[in-house]
This record gives sequence, C-alpha cells and structure tokens, in this order.
Amino acid sequence: MLVATERNARRLTAACPQALKLGLAAGMTLADALARVPDLCVEEADPAADARLLLHLSDLALRWSPIVQPDPPDGLLIDIAGCTHLFGSEAALAADAVALLGRNLAVRHAFASTPSAAHALARFPVQASCEMQAIRRLPVAALRLPVEAETALRRAGLKHVGDLADRPTMPLSARFGKQATHALDRLLGRADSRLSPRRPLPALHFARRFAEPIAHVDSVLGAVDGLAAKASRVLEQRHQGGRSFAIRLYRSDGELRDLTIETGRPTRDPALLARLLRERVEALADPLDPGFGFDLIRFAVPATEPLGLLQADLEARGRQGEALSALVDRLSVRHGRERIRRLLPVESHVPERAVRSVPALGEARAEWPPPPTGEPPLRPICLFDPPQPIIVMAEVPDAPPRRFIWRGVNHIVVRAEGPERIAAPWWQKASEGRPTRDYYRVEDEAGRRFWLFRRGLTGREAAHPSWYLHGLFA
Amino acid sequence: MHAETDDPRERIRHLLRLAGAVPLRERSAGAGFGHAGIDAASGALERGQLHELFPASADDPAGAAGFAAMLCRRLGGTCVWLREAKAERQLQLFGPGLSGIGLDPENLLLGVLPDADAVLRAGADVLRCPDVGVAVIELWRNPRNLGLTATRRFQLAAEASGVTALLLRMEAEPSASAAATRWSVRSIASRALEGNAPGRPAFELELLKHRGGGRGSWRLEWDRDSASFRDLQHTHDHAALPGAVVSVPADRAVADVVPFRKAG
Repeated sequence: MLVATERNARRLTAACPQALKLGLAAGMTLADALARVPDLCVEEADPAADARLLLHLSDLALRWSPIVQPDPPDGLLIDIAGCTHLFGSEAALAADAVALLGRNLAVRHAFASTPSAAHALARFPVQASCEMQAIRRLPVAALRLPVEAETALRRAGLKHVGDLADRPTMPLSARFGKQATHALDRLLGRADSRLSPRRPLPALHFARRFAEPIAHVDSVLGAVDGLAAKASRVLEQRHQGGRSFAIRLYRSDGELRDLTIETGRPTRDPALLARLLRERVEALADPLDPGFGFDLIRFAVPATEPLGLLQADLEARGRQGEALSALVDRLSVRHGRERIRRLLPVESHVPERAVRSVPALGEARAEWPPPPTGEPPLRPICLFDPPQPIIVMAEVPDAPPRRFIWRGVNHIVVRAEGPERIAAPWWQKASEGRPTRDYYRVEDEAGRRFWLFRRGLTGREAAHPSWYLHGLFA
Repeated sequence: MHAETDDPRERIRHLLRLAGAVPLRERSAGAGFGHAGIDAASGALERGQLHELFPASADDPAGAAGFAAMLCRRLGGTCVWLREAKAERQLQLFGPGLSGIGLDPENLLLGVLPDADAVLRAGADVLRCPDVGVAVIELWRNPRNLGLTATRRFQLAAEASGVTALLLRMEAEPSASAAATRWSVRSIASRALEGNAPGRPAFELELLKHRGGGRGSWRLEWDRDSASFRDLQHTHDHAALPGAVVSVPADRAVADVVPFRKAG
C-alpha cells in the first residue's frame, strides 16, 4: 500500500492485489483503511522515483520500437508500426514485453490504432470482436475527463463511449465542455493524435538480437563491430559520415549499458570505430558487466554529415592533419571529451573571463589577437583562480606596493608598472560586488614577475582595499 | 658490419636498427635557441628527442612553464600540453599570457588529465602522432611511474615519430632519465624598460645534462618579436624615484588596456 497526503488527508494512492481483495482501493483515506484492516502495511508514495522509473522503462522499451513516449504516471506508449515482424507477430512482441517488464511489475497492454485508444483499452479491458466495438464499450472514465464532467456524463445516463459516439458533437461540447468532445475524437480516431518520442529518432540505427544472451565481452564488442561495419556501408552509399555513435547494450535482466563514441571529424571507418570502442570500454569506470549476458545491441548514428568518397591511401603516412584529429578522438574517448581542450579568446577585459576552454572535439575555432609588438608579455602565463590574497605594504594610495607577503614569503618589489585599471562594465555598479581593479606588473628582487591587483578604489569603493596576486609571469 | 665504428652510441643505434626494435630516424636538425653559444653546447634543441625542464626552485613554476612555451614557439607546429587537473585547478595556463610569449593558443591543445598516470599514458599517445609538433608533459613532484623506463619510452616514441617532447618537472629533483638534455630554469631580474617597468622575460638557464657532453649556464632574455633568446645585458638600473608623479583619476577608468607605463 502506498499513501500520500492529498486534499488534506492521508489517502491511499495505490494498493496491491491482496489489498484490493480486502476491499481497499486507491483514494480511500488511510484512517478508513486502517479501520478495516488494522495490520495494514503502508509506505510513503514517491512520485519522483516513479517518474524516474518510468523514464528508465521508456529507455528499455526502445528495444521494441524506436518511438516510445512515457505516459505519466504509469504508462508507456510504443509505436510498433513496422516493428512487429522482428518478433514474429504483435502477440509475440507483447509476450516479450510482458515477460521482461512483468518480472517485477504488474503489466497490462493493449493494441489499438490510436494512442488514446490503446491507453484506454489497456486500463479498461473489454471483450469485443473488433477495435471499434471495444472502444464503444469502454466506460466514459476512459475519456480521462475531470471528475465533474465524468459525473455529469454518468448522471445524464451516458455510461459508455458508444453512447457518446453516436450523438452530435455540438450539444455534447456545450454541456460537458470542449475537452469531452476532444477526448472522444482522439479515442475514436477522428482527431489527429501522435506520439512525441522521448528520444529524437537517430538518423540511422541498426540492431542485433541474440537468441541466447552473450556474456563474453569480446563477443559483444565483435557484434558491435559487425553493426559498425553495416552502418559504415550504408553511410558510404549515402556519402555521409557520423561524428557520434551511440551503442546501447540490453542486458537480459533489463539493465542497460550505454557507450558513446565521438570523433572530431565525420567518419565511417569501421576499423577506427572498433579501436575507439575498445578504448571507450577500457576507460569505463566500472567494467562492462555482462551479468547473464546481453541479448540485444543497438547501434545508432544520431546525426550524419556529408562525407565524400575517400580514395584508399597510397601512402602509409596518411593525410596531413588526419593523424592529429585521430589523436584528439583517441584522447577524448579515453579520458573524456571535457579533458582535451582548446582555448578560445573572449572579448572581455575581466582577465578570468578572457578565455573560454572548450572541448577540442567541437567545431569552435577562433583567431587570437596578436600581442602588441615591442612589449614584454602584459598578461601572465599562469593565472590563479580565484586570485590569492596577499598582504601588501603600499606606501601611498594609487601606487604599486613596495613589499608584499605571499604564502608567508616576503617579496620586495624592485620594478613595477601600472596601474592598468580594469573596471566593471558601465552597466554594473561597483557596489554590486565588482569593484574596480588596479593591476600592477611587478618584479621582486629575486627576479620573479607577478601580476597583482588592488580591489576597489581607495576611499571611494573601499576604505582599506585588499590586494590579490592574480598571476605569474615567466 | 658497421658495428666496428668507434663511437659506442653509433654502435648501439646500429644494433637497435638491426634488431628492428625502433624505426630510428636520422636526426633532424634542431630548432635551435637562436643563440650560438647554447646551440653549440646543447645540440641546438634537437627535434624528435626528449628534453627535461626543471624550475631551479620549487616556488617558481611560471619561469619553467614560460620557458617551455618559448621552446614550443621555437619548435613550431601544434603543441599538445598535458597536465594534471590538480595543477590546472591551482594555476591555470592562461591563453593571453601564452600569446604574450609568442605561442599562439590556436596551435595549442590542452589536456587536463585526472592524475600523473593518465598524463604519462596520454603523453605516450601524443608522442606517437607525427602531426604533433611539440608535446609538453607537465608533471608535479615525483610520480611513482616516472622513471627510467617511462622516459625511455618517451624518448623512443619521440625518435620514431619526430615529435619533440618537453618533460616539465615542477617541484621535482632530477633523477635518472633517458632525456637527451636536462635544463634548469631560474627567473632573474629583467632588463628594465623606461619608468623602471619589468622588461622581457629573463632567465638563468643551466644545462645540467646533455648526451653530447656539453654543460653550461647562460643568462638570457626572450625576445618575442624575433622569437629568439638573447644574452641579457643589463643597462643601468633606473633609479627609482619616490612617490607617484601623476595620480590616477578616481572617478573613471584609465583608457582601455593600452599599456600604460607610469614613471616612478
């Protein structure tokens, strides 16, 4: 039994079959239920966990069809058009689904030509010879109307969907609301209703199903290679390549493992994919645990890009730049795409925002402005983030410090240049936490060069401005 | 049999070639330092070799990092800089600063890896890629797996692919390694610009080891515009005048980021 607080009372939200037999039902208050069955076992309902489970199940359901829509709170809508032959028949597909999902869930299913009808028929099973007849025999509750509208329909003696279907629409909509007629149209297939799949459809996808689950990792990888080769042939025919490849392994006990390979340029080279795949598997934090084995592998190319026909290499060395791009792919796959980066300039005077580091796999490139000629480096090679506080003995306000202490070491300033004033943009006031900074390039007596700044203008923004070390020069 | 040559190094190279262990390349000309004295003593920064750089003191990492960036500029090509995430968190490599030294960040790939072992592994990968110009492998302290074997592996990979490897050893003491040269870098006082402003990056560079035998020590400065090292010649120090001469306006920002040299 699950309970939650609804309308100021502790109510049952779900009941197990045994409880239903005892006459309990969802919607009852907990006090009533306890009065009937004193030794009731209840748990707090957790809708968030239910939603997560539903999303997981919808991922799992991709094994039956690529178009799956989670139907909260407790349903999955699967578009099986064109998928049934893979399993033999509709009934075989359903049996497969019930067998997999039914291990620890109570499962009901129905086939229908519209999502609404399937939804209703799964929840209100009726005996009928054809789909239309079944829909007409559905109770009005199948329309999923607000309680008031449903009660009104029942009071008017309209108990079944068929009673409504024969009547003209206008009076129905006038009396019971537009919602009622819309729901009716959707159920009867008169209005357009479609699924919005949870995952965008990949441009290409391939699957391999095994009669017996395979538990040997090398065999699994070999099977993935086979799919990659298949994908590569199709891509070649289309003069296309992919930059990311999603592999999903379905374990026979309902677990999923996802592997993604990304490359810097579009590719369709099965040998390269095979190598990257092995590196990806090697780099997994927890190893690819086959458990009782994988029984289905899907290989998807989420998006394709044009890639011309390639002539086989005559030279052993390969084309210029290709080795570098392959290196970036390798390192990114092995260590993670966020770890191999490129630095891009950003138009900002605030030093810590002047650089953006982006994954090297991405497209982003930008030209760096050339440094001014005839000057020493005006920016440090290493930057502290956040800046390090230092203790400074400045002799006069608005002058470089004479002496400062950083990490307990005293530095005597011999040379200094500055200030270079970096103020907050005019649309931000200094009082809003971004005081003006005065930067100084200084050199100490040991010959080290530092980049210091004073935070806040003396007397205006801060009574006693604090000093920071922001970077080190070569 | 050529093995009767007198030079033992040549003999070893020949034996290795016979064994087919490494496809040895003929040594290519070094990129050089743009400084005759150093080039003569150190083999002019040979490409396809492993060079080790040590900061002379543990609290001066920027000097050695800057020196590595300058060597990357001299060597040219794509630079792959590998470092540990810990180092990048504490002291990030700053694009505008690299650009100020003359290394265009556009030619830089930065690998920020979780630990020293990952850096070593990635380093071996990078050194095998012939399209890379320089690989900077930055390691802090003394990683357990960095020894003669690891450096030998780097050296062989560098020789095979022609990629120059710079092993930047922060806060570390030199230990046995297969590097071709070993340098110690210390920041020293620069030649002051007008107004006693800090000048171009200046170093004391010491050649600790060279397989060819040379040793030496030089005081240099880096000229970004000609991308070369020069002897540091001290001009007379400008006597520091006490006190500020021009005060800075308090109510507005001083014009842009145009370098502004204040006397005093």
